[in-house]
Order: sequence, then structure tokens, then C-alpha cells
Amino acid sequence: MALYILKRLGLGLLTFVIIFVMIFVLVKMLPNPMVAIQPGTDNYAIEMARRKALGYDEPIMTQMWIFIKNAFQGDFGTSWHLYYNTPVNTIIAKQLPATMLINVYSILFSVPLGLGLGVLAALKKNKWPDQVISVGVMIFISVPSFVYAFILQYFFCFKLDWFPLRMLSMADAGGTYFSWPMFVSMLPAVFSLSFGTIAGLTRFTRAELTEVLTSDFMLLARSKGLTRTQATVRHAMRNAMVPILPSIIGEFIGILGGSYIIELIFSVPGIGATYINSINTRDYDVFLTLSMFYVAIGLVASIVIDLSYGFIDPRIVIGGGKD
Amino acid sequence: MENEKKAIVPACSSAADASDSFTFVQQDKKIHDQKFETKPVGYFKDAMIRFGKNKGSLVAAIILGLLMLFAIIYPLTSRYSVSFGDATYQYMQPKSSISTALHWEFWDGGENRSLNQAYYDYTANIPGAFIHDDVEGTKNASGKTYHDVRVDTYHAVGYKYKTIENDEYDKIVAYQEETGNQILYPLVNSADYADEYNTKYNTDGVIIYSSDANYDYLVQTTGSTKGAAQRDANGDYVHIYLVDASGNYIYKKAASDTSVRVRILYWNYFVYQNGFEPSFFFGSDYLGRDICVRLASGARLSLLLGFGVSLINLIIGVVYGAIEGYYGGVADLVMERIVEILNEVPFIITAVLFNIYLAKKVGAVGSLIFAFVLTGWIGVAGTVRMQFYRYKNSEYVLAARTLGASDSRLIFRHILPNAIGTIVTSTVLMVPSVIFSESSLSYLGIINLETGYQTSVGTMLSQGQSVLMSYPHVILFPAIFISLLMITFNMMGNGLRDALNPQLRGGDE
Repeated sequence: MALYILKRLGLGLLTFVIIFVMIFVLVKMLPNPMVAIQPGTDNYAIEMARRKALGYDEPIMTQMWIFIKNAFQGDFGTSWHLYYNTPVNTIIAKQLPATMLINVYSILFSVPLGLGLGVLAALKKNKWPDQVISVGVMIFISVPSFVYAFILQYFFCFKLDWFPLRMLSMADAGGTYFSWPMFVSMLPAVFSLSFGTIAGLTRFTRAELTEVLTSDFMLLARSKGLTRTQATVRHAMRNAMVPILPSIIGEFIGILGGSYIIELIFSVPGIGATYINSINTRDYDVFLTLSMFYVAIGLVASIVIDLSYGFIDPRIVIGGGKD
Repeated sequence: MENEKKAIVPACSSAADASDSFTFVQQDKKIHDQKFETKPVGYFKDAMIRFGKNKGSLVAAIILGLLMLFAIIYPLTSRYSVSFGDATYQYMQPKSSISTALHWEFWDGGENRSLNQAYYDYTANIPGAFIHDDVEGTKNASGKTYHDVRVDTYHAVGYKYKTIENDEYDKIVAYQEETGNQILYPLVNSADYADEYNTKYNTDGVIIYSSDANYDYLVQTTGSTKGAAQRDANGDYVHIYLVDASGNYIYKKAASDTSVRVRILYWNYFVYQNGFEPSFFFGSDYLGRDICVRLASGARLSLLLGFGVSLINLIIGVVYGAIEGYYGGVADLVMERIVEILNEVPFIITAVLFNIYLAKKVGAVGSLIFAFVLTGWIGVAGTVRMQFYRYKNSEYVLAARTLGASDSRLIFRHILPNAIGTIVTSTVLMVPSVIFSESSLSYLGIINLETGYQTSVGTMLSQGQSVLMSYPHVILFPAIFISLLMITFNMMGNGLRDALNPQLRGGDE
């Protein structure tokens, strides 16, 4: 087990390094659209010093070395286009909370609903609740999340005026993310993100639970005198959760990644929107750092999902010999 | 033979005369080498029969077929081209000829407006502007009159000032005489109509708008109905046309040596220019381009991209997975590591970098295809690999190998067919995911597939998003289209999965 974890971490790290080198080289080879600053302008001295510190005039491999050294000290370069002469780590630190909050709300909203609907569908299999849920799942899983965003924004924000059109800025909401108006202004984005997750989770839960419900130990549980509810909750649910929980955990880690389109539509001041803007403005340090951030999240999520099987169900021996 | 006879009738063996009371059914008949009376049902036919029994998937497949037909055929039959645009008709409401002919107040290019007296008079001055008139109007709480009318957005464009070449003017005059369609209308007697953006007042304090050709009448300058038309004794508008010394209307004014300034009724001018009346089935966008034809063309690109990419991924995935699974060992180990690394690269990074590096060389579409292909085949490869691990040690493969079958024969003839169901399913389900990614990326502006003769659904969505509140129809149809496409594709894919892999469905039921 410990060996497997080490092996998995090592491989993850290797993957991360390889991807980092590839992306770093490819990004640094791009023509830099940065306008060379003229001597004598206000920020000339500051900008030149910063560029020198980041090694912009060195060969790419030296730049990479400088970047890695800086990264270990928490310095991920500087934004030149989006937020002039601002360290990237400041930008991320400032914008991560918005992204995380939206996604945490979305998960808190979708997990109970998804699980509940999935269980309902599995218990009422092939009866009308199941059929209604199945149709709903098919529709909600297929329709892109930005379409929900348009619908919510047009009908609920614009026509009915239940929510503000865009997420409030910090200043409008009293300087905190945890005020009531702020929460309300986040809801459209939260809902847009949630529908797809709910549908996916419902489908997954239904599939897992129906499989468990038809297994022999359920028959045994019923025949030894448990009621249907008891059997379902104590035996079926616990077994069905084995594959479901890791996927929820993965989702929880994935929330840091955020959603680009939804953030842009509702003007969420999060890293998803910043990432897209950094691409469109060719702000390479921001792009590079956020790219690696997303890669890291993906890697961590997949490792944690793998390992969590073993923790959730001790019968599963991960890293055991090949079957 | 004797032994077999006994074996067949063991239950009656006690009877001594058993052999007399029983006859053999096939005593003299050859039962081998007979032709089947029914047609043989192969794997795919069987799958199609199963697919046909799944009503939901069948309906989805039919709708999907219609959407594809729309994407393929509509651009060929449409009067508009993708690049056709008349900015005068920007953001027109959707209009279908059926609704217009039957006077349904829906999908007729109309818009319900509540107009005050000034705007009512303004609109009433334009021929054909009202679909549904409201002459009386209703008074609101503060005593002002409002008219709830339905306005034809196409007609309501009304008159426009335009500078045209002299010979163009002669052509229009000839056209007018030939068809009786009046395009040129008398110029307005305003101080300086060439000054586009300023409102002018004449000496009596009466407003004469110089930029808007629809103001060809006197308006009231005082009172509660300020801005409404001044009426003469008969209740008609007081038009202020430019007249020459002998009292004839003036229709043109020299703008330069070769061109003249005229006032045209734009609807008729459009007919003169294009030979048909302006009418956009799904409405028009900010450049007055037909949303319907653009949607069809964007969908065509998306579908082509989806199918093309899926096909390429299918081929790469099958070959890669087959090699991995069949040879195993070191080859598998190395190839799996490559897969793992590629799998962790977020798609958006691939798309961005390919777009920056390759778009100039192979075009935006080409670079997008490369980006999709870089990681898209991994899923198929995984499936194929699993199937190979499952079947490569089975007895029938061993038998074939013993008979001298080559590796490639074993791979493609003996093992791969086992995976055909899953491969087809994952390929079909790949199409909507490619379309979704493509529309997301073009929506975000990361890739730009829009050229003069081509657009993409994502670009249309983002153009519509910017005017979501004021002109929701711009985004409505692309959004409906892409949602329908996703739903039907996924439903059909699931139906195909059930039909092609009956063994999977057994577990699912």
C-alpha cells in the first residue's frame, strides 16, 4: 500500500515535470507581444529590474531554472497585460476564493440532490419516477452549462429580476464574500454549474445502486428479516457508495479548477475567467502558472480518487498484484 | 445405429415392441446442407433491430438526422449566403412567411411595443410598420397616452438617406417605372441633412431631424405631446418636403460630381437590390446577417469536425490500443506512460498552444483538429487495450495461432471484432463532445473559426450573449440547436450502446 502510494506519487510528479517542461518551452518560444518599455517612462526602472529578476533576456533553459527557483519561494512571475506589474501569486490568491466558493456552493447543492434523485430512481426502477428522472438526466447531462447560464440570466436575472445580472464586486457586497447579497448574486452561476453535476451524479448513483440492489446479499438481508428500508440503507447504500464517494471526492478537488465559461458569463472574479483572459491577452506568466495549476489539480484528483477506494472499502487492495 | 436408437427411446425401453411404435423423423431425409428459409441476421442487423425497438433512441436518431439535413441542405437552398449582411436590418426579429401570411402574431418579424404619442406618430408615418395598430391608445396614470402596437421590425426601418452614384440613380428611376415600386421619396426640407448626427431646429423652433430620414413631418415642440406630429385641419401630418421653384418635389441633391444624396424607402430598396423581400427565418444579427444560414453553416462545420475527429481518433486509438494490448510487456508499459502524460494535459492548453503555433500554417480548423486528435484517441485506445487483454489468451486465439495466423490477422480478424460494439459507441459519443468543446472554445474566443464564408456555433453564441437582454432571439436559436444536437446525439449513442453490446445491457437491467 505505502509502496503503491509512493509509486503513484512519483509517477504523478514525473508527469507534472514533463508537462511543465513542455508547456514552459512552448510558451517561452512564442513571440512576446509585450511592448518594450521606453527608457525614461515612469515604471522603466521597476519593470526592467523585474524583467531582469525573471530572466527574460536569458536562454529558455536558464529562464526555466529561474522560474523553478522562484516558484519554490512562492513567486510565479509577473502579469504584464491583465494586471500590470502584479505578481501572479497575488492574482491567484485574490481570485481563487471566488472560484472556490462558487464551486463549493455548487457541490453542496448538487451532491444531496444528485444522490437523492439517483436513489429514488433506483428504488422506483422502471416506474414513472425513474422514467421521469431518466429523461431529465439525459437532457440535463447533454445541454451545455452555458445554455443554462443564458436561460438563468435572461429569465431569472433579467425578466424576473430575482438575481443580479452579474456577480457583485467586493465593494458592492460590503467587502466580504459571505454577505447575503453576495450569496444571492452567486446563485445563478452556482445553479448553472450544478445542473450537469446533478444529472451525472444521479445517473451514476442509479446505475451503481440498481446493480447492488439485485445482488444476492440483498436477498439474504431481506430474508433474514430486515425491512426494505433497512436493507437499502444498511447494505445497498453502503456498497453503492464505494464507487460514488471517490467520484465526489474527485469533484471536490476539481472545484479549484472552476469553470471558464460560467465565470465569464456572470463576471465572477475567479481564476477561470482570468485564465481565459490571460490566453486572449497573451499574458504568458499568468497563462503558464494557471496551466500548471490546472495540471496539478487534475493529477492530485486522479491520485486521490485512486487511493480513496482503499480507504472507503478496505476489501479493495490497491496496488495489489494483477488479477 | 442400434445403440443410438436405444438411447433415443429410453423411457419406453420396457415395452418389447418399442421399435415398432416409434419411427424416426428423419429416416430418409438429409438434414444437413439445407438452405435457411429465413434470412441470416448478422451482428449489425441484429443490433439495428434492437436499436429500432428502443423508441427514444429512434426518435433521437430521426431528430438528429433532421438537424444534419438542415445543416447540409439549408445553406444550399437559402437566398442568403453566410457573409450576406445588410447592417440596416440588424437585429431583426425572426420572420416566417407562414406566420405572416396567416397573420399569426408570432414569428412574423414583429415586436410588441408600447409607444408614446411621439414614437407612435413616428412609426405610423412609415408604410407597413404596424402589424397590429392601436390608434386610440390608453392613458396611463399620469395622463399620457400609450399605444400598444405590434411593429414589423423590417418595415419599421423606414426611410434612409443614402448617397448613390448617378448611374445607380438612373437605374433606380428606371426600375421604379418598370415595377411601380417606389424607392425614391422626396427629400426633407431640413437645414442640412448631410449632417448625420445633429438635431436641427428651424427658425420656428420645429425640430427637423437631419439624420433620421423618417422625420419628414413637423413635430410639436411644446405641451404634453411634445415630439408628436403636428396635424392639419384634416388630422393629417404636415410634411415638409423639399420643393423647387415650380412646386415639384425634389428627389435628389448632388453630393459630389458623380453621386447624389437621396431618400429611399429601405424595404423597396432592398427588394430592388436583392430581388426578394427582407425576411430572416431566425432573425438577423448585429450586421444584419441571416442567423439561420449562419447557424446551418456553423453546424455543418461542427458536424464535419466532430465526425472527422472521431474517425481519426478511432483509427489511432484502435491501432495504439491493439498494439498495447496484444504485445503487452515493455511495449504496453512505455505506451501506457505516454498515455498517462498526454491524458493529464488539460485540453484547453493543447488547443491554445496548437492554435498559436499552427493556426497560421494549417488554419484555425486544422490546428483545432490537431488539438482534438492529440488526446482524443486515448479513450478508444483504453477500451481496445482492455478487450485485447481479455481475449488474447482465449482458446480460439490459441487455435488460430496454432493454425499459423499472423499477428495482424489475429489482431484484426480474431480479437478486434470483440471490441467493435464498444468502439462504435465511444466513437459516436465522441462526436457531441468534440462539438461541445469546439463551441466552448470558439465561444471563449480562444479559437476563431469565423471567416467570410464560415462561422461556428460558439462564435454565434458569444455574439448573442452580448445582446442577450435586448435581442434574445440572436442567442436563442444557436442555443436550442446545440442543446438539441447534444441531447439527440447522446440519446442515440446510448441507444447504440445498448444495441451493440447486448451483454452490457443484461447487467444494466
